Amino acid sequence: MKPPLAWLAVAALAVALIAAIAIFVADRRGAPLFPAASEVREKFDSVMGPVEGVVSAPAHWAREGVNAASAYVMAGSQNRKLKAELAETRFYGDQLNSLRDENARLRALLGVRTDPPLPMVGARTVVDARGPLSNTRLADVGADQGVMEGNPVLSEHGLVGRVIGVAPSMSRILLLTDVDSRVPVLLARTNARAILTGDGGPSPKLAYLRTHDAPQVGDRVLTSGDGGVIPRGLPVGTVVQSLEGWRVALDCDSAPIDFVRILLFRDFSQLLAPGAIAPKTLPPLSTAPPSPAAQAPAAQTPAVKAPVAKIPKAEVPVTQSAPARAASSDP
Amino acid sequence: MAAGAVQPLNPLRWLALPALACAGGALIFAAPLEALGLRLPEPIFALVPAFAWAIIRPSILAPFVLLVLGLFQDLLWGNPLGLWPLALLAAYGLTSLARPALSGQSFWTLWAWYLAAVTAAFALAAGLTWLMAGEAPDLLGLSLQGGVTSLLFPLAWRLIDAFEDADIRFK
Repeated sequence: MKPPLAWLAVAALAVALIAAIAIFVADRRGAPLFPAASEVREKFDSVMGPVEGVVSAPAHWAREGVNAASAYVMAGSQNRKLKAELAETRFYGDQLNSLRDENARLRALLGVRTDPPLPMVGARTVVDARGPLSNTRLADVGADQGVMEGNPVLSEHGLVGRVIGVAPSMSRILLLTDVDSRVPVLLARTNARAILTGDGGPSPKLAYLRTHDAPQVGDRVLTSGDGGVIPRGLPVGTVVQSLEGWRVALDCDSAPIDFVRILLFRDFSQLLAPGAIAPKTLPPLSTAPPSPAAQAPAAQTPAVKAPVAKIPKAEVPVTQSAPARAASSDP
Repeated sequence: MAAGAVQPLNPLRWLALPALACAGGALIFAAPLEALGLRLPEPIFALVPAFAWAIIRPSILAPFVLLVLGLFQDLLWGNPLGLWPLALLAAYGLTSLARPALSGQSFWTLWAWYLAAVTAAFALAAGLTWLMAGEAPDLLGLSLQGGVTSLLFPLAWRLIDAFEDADIRFK
């Protein structure tokens, strides 16, 4: 006897639900239980990048056209504004040169090591997921251009997020506003540390804020470099107050995030010369020869355990792990 | 129910085409467009067929099409895989349970039920995200996305109107 369609429909719904639960449990972000999931994501991103590029192309052209037209219409007022900015910049330029010279001399005096510039690649974002449950973007560069998971991503104004998935020619960026995003930051004024925690809203929270001085609205927030995932000193935003506590108005929100720069930053060992943090060659650990004084009583009373010979302090290899030293060299 | 021409219940017409339209809508609205500081809203298009299919008639294929649509949504947005399939199937399942009471109801009554299905789907998705990320998603953002999604009900009404009377076995 053929079962009624209604029953079969219920069975189909149950099977689909079980499949969905199994997939959800198996694909925890950051700890996928089945490796095929990341391959599927890579392939999907590789296909979807060019498709979305075509889909959004007319809108990009329209916006460029509008920008060009508004620049033409607003040329006079823009010229006046730029002249005023130039006059102001000249003043700051003189100050900058003076401070740069003084800074260089002080650094030389103190022997402070400066960080070499990090390589970076430019990219255009083609997919934008911006709901409260996910804030990611797809950028049109990938492993072929040297991008790796964890690389920080910046717009022209500040930190945008970090790379969480890489295909050969596309990469997935987790924005600072995503509910999964956690970035160690500091307040420039007080040097207080906090964790910038996304919740899907436009302004992420400042969680685990540790400071004696209370933050103030307008305090600058920079990356702290703690943990070694993101370099120190990248601009993030400014402190704002909300009903639930302190939050950060992101610098990168001040303009559309069409074009981004991906810093090819792996960890702090990248900032050092090759071999600088390689383990030092240390003498092998060997037991010192037993002293005659210790041997004599041992020979007379074999039942008594011989005292353990002490190793001279100089021979004990004091090792420090490379990552720990790299972290301690955090600029 | 509005007097529209009833169409035959061809799976390609009542399942495949709406599913493709939802995928296309999600793709277009995922473009990184911004004008005057405002960005495109991001509704969950797949909740439209999830609600309409459950009312039109019981189906073996519909849950699996929703599973695929949800996975597409997760891959497009970078969510954990399975998040939106679960939310869509929950909305579909709840609406299926209420189907005897919903069949033949007016536009506004069905809109209220659609709002309930959208709320259930968002509550489940937000709860799962909270569970996985350890951080509650922004309530205002959820309300905005849910609100924009609930404005899509006229599309669900059109789908129901076109196919509800097609299979008299389930009237």
